[in-house]
Amino acid sequence: MKGNYDLVIIGGGPAGLAAAVAAYDSGVEDILILEREPILGGILNQCIHNGFGLTRFKESLSGPEYAARFISEVEKRSITVLTNTAVLSLDKGKLVTAMNAEEGVFTVQAKAVILAMGCRERSRGALNVAGSRAAGVYSAGTAQKYVNVFGYMPGKRVVILGSGDIGLIMARRMTLEGAKVLAVCEIMPQTSGLKRNIAQCLDDFGIPLYLNHTVTKIEGDERVTGVVVSKVDENRKPIAGTEIHFDCDTVLFSVGLIPENELTKGAGIELSRGTRGAVVTQSRETSESGVFACGNVLQVHDLVDFVSEEAEIAGVSAARYILGGEVKRDAVEVKNGKNILYVCPQLIDKSVGGKVKLFFRVTDTFKAPTVTVRCGNGAVQTKKLKVAVPGEMQSIVLSEETVRGLNGSVEVLVEVDQ
Amino acid sequence: MSSVKVICTECPMGCEIEVLVNGDEISVEGYGCKRGREYAEAEVVCPRRVVTSTVRSSTGRMVPVKTERPVKRSEIFAVMEKINAAGCSLPVRIGDVIVRCVSEDINVIATANVD
Ligand code: SF4
Repeated sequence: MKGNYDLVIIGGGPAGLAAAVAAYDSGVEDILILEREPILGGILNQCIHNGFGLTRFKESLSGPEYAARFISEVEKRSITVLTNTAVLSLDKGKLVTAMNAEEGVFTVQAKAVILAMGCRERSRGALNVAGSRAAGVYSAGTAQKYVNVFGYMPGKRVVILGSGDIGLIMARRMTLEGAKVLAVCEIMPQTSGLKRNIAQCLDDFGIPLYLNHTVTKIEGDERVTGVVVSKVDENRKPIAGTEIHFDCDTVLFSVGLIPENELTKGAGIELSRGTRGAVVTQSRETSESGVFACGNVLQVHDLVDFVSEEAEIAGVSAARYILGGEVKRDAVEVKNGKNILYVCPQLIDKSVGGKVKLFFRVTDTFKAPTVTVRCGNGAVQTKKLKVAVPGEMQSIVLSEETVRGLNGSVEVLVEVDQ
Repeated sequence: MSSVKVICTECPMGCEIEVLVNGDEISVEGYGCKRGREYAEAEVVCPRRVVTSTVRSSTGRMVPVKTERPVKRSEIFAVMEKINAAGCSLPVRIGDVIVRCVSEDINVIATANVD
């Protein structure tokens, strides 16, 4: 195997695939994609439901169909792909150490690297629910893999904790396959999933959604036999006397996703506390020049369409870096203002040129809020939204002129007019 | 007169649309675009859904499938029964018909290339 490539992409899911195609089309043809699973496509392979691609392709595709469009683009360009290959480490000099059955442990020297490892599910451990470790407790994504990839149903009577999109999708999926989904419980006053998933996955099947509720006990020794769900107060503490009991054999957790950044940390790259992904410029370049990040490893997206868009930015930027060399940064910081959970990118590099799209999430539900981007004491951009909820990522664009005129850090904030 | 609230699922905006029904007259409010208007009307008259599922192939590998067009929502479980009774042999390509006419003249097609 060749020991060096212009561009090494870690991860062959939607982000890695779109980044590869964009880099290739920008003039870098010597590309290697490293993928841990036996096939390309990442998490999309188990997302057999439709609704992907509405923004990008103006049609509703299933996950595998969406992936297939990008896989065929990669194949057309004869980009090198190694599947069943796990990346062990990335070092400061862009040396990638990986492992697979044919080669054993091997290294690849890259001129630029794109991190596209995706995310993983938050575990039950992070939640501290009382009860023994009985069988029948799964993350929603694991259950999704059992049902859709292995064709095996994890249980018959199901309670879902958390209203993340995968949990909602699995409520419908298991109902279709004959299971009874008794409840979806969400500790917050609003769901974390997309509105359309509430409508299509719960309302269509009469599955009750309990907001401000959490699981306080999982019963059963060897196998789950039931759960107790309680209402919570404003401080998210269970209220005594509000317990509801469900007989069930399965509990699914859908309590959020976390970018998978072990490799990034190992490479000494700076991470953001808000996104839990790398701190990046609008080129999606990390604190390590020539190392880029995109997709769910950078920030957890709600829609794959935006993953592809972001990955293309990273692909084009990586190609520019490889062909044009390093350009000295002229960066200003993007800060989280009032009611903002995070903004990505966290830096605007003025040497890059072009407009900048800032993605952000809000901390709470706001009706008809105004988003403002401030620099110094003045607003440089504003936008009115119909509604903003934490579960749906928003964005605001700064024009090329605006970016050129920035003379210090900017702050993004969301307010509801009085 | 009755009013029905519909969340449009046609794009990520998720507009909350109100459909007012007055006998045979239907009026729609709150839609962000034409597509949503049509969707909301259909939701009240005869809601339809694309059904997605899997079919076990002869080698045991699961093949993801979907109805090529939306079926009547009331038919979803009948459609699932037909999908679950079906099998297929490999390889399949995206778009291959896996089960014919599961509801009206709508076929179930493969949504992944599986070798
Ligand atoms: S009405 Fe139009 S804009 Fe609104 S959600 Fe439906 S398709 Fe999207």
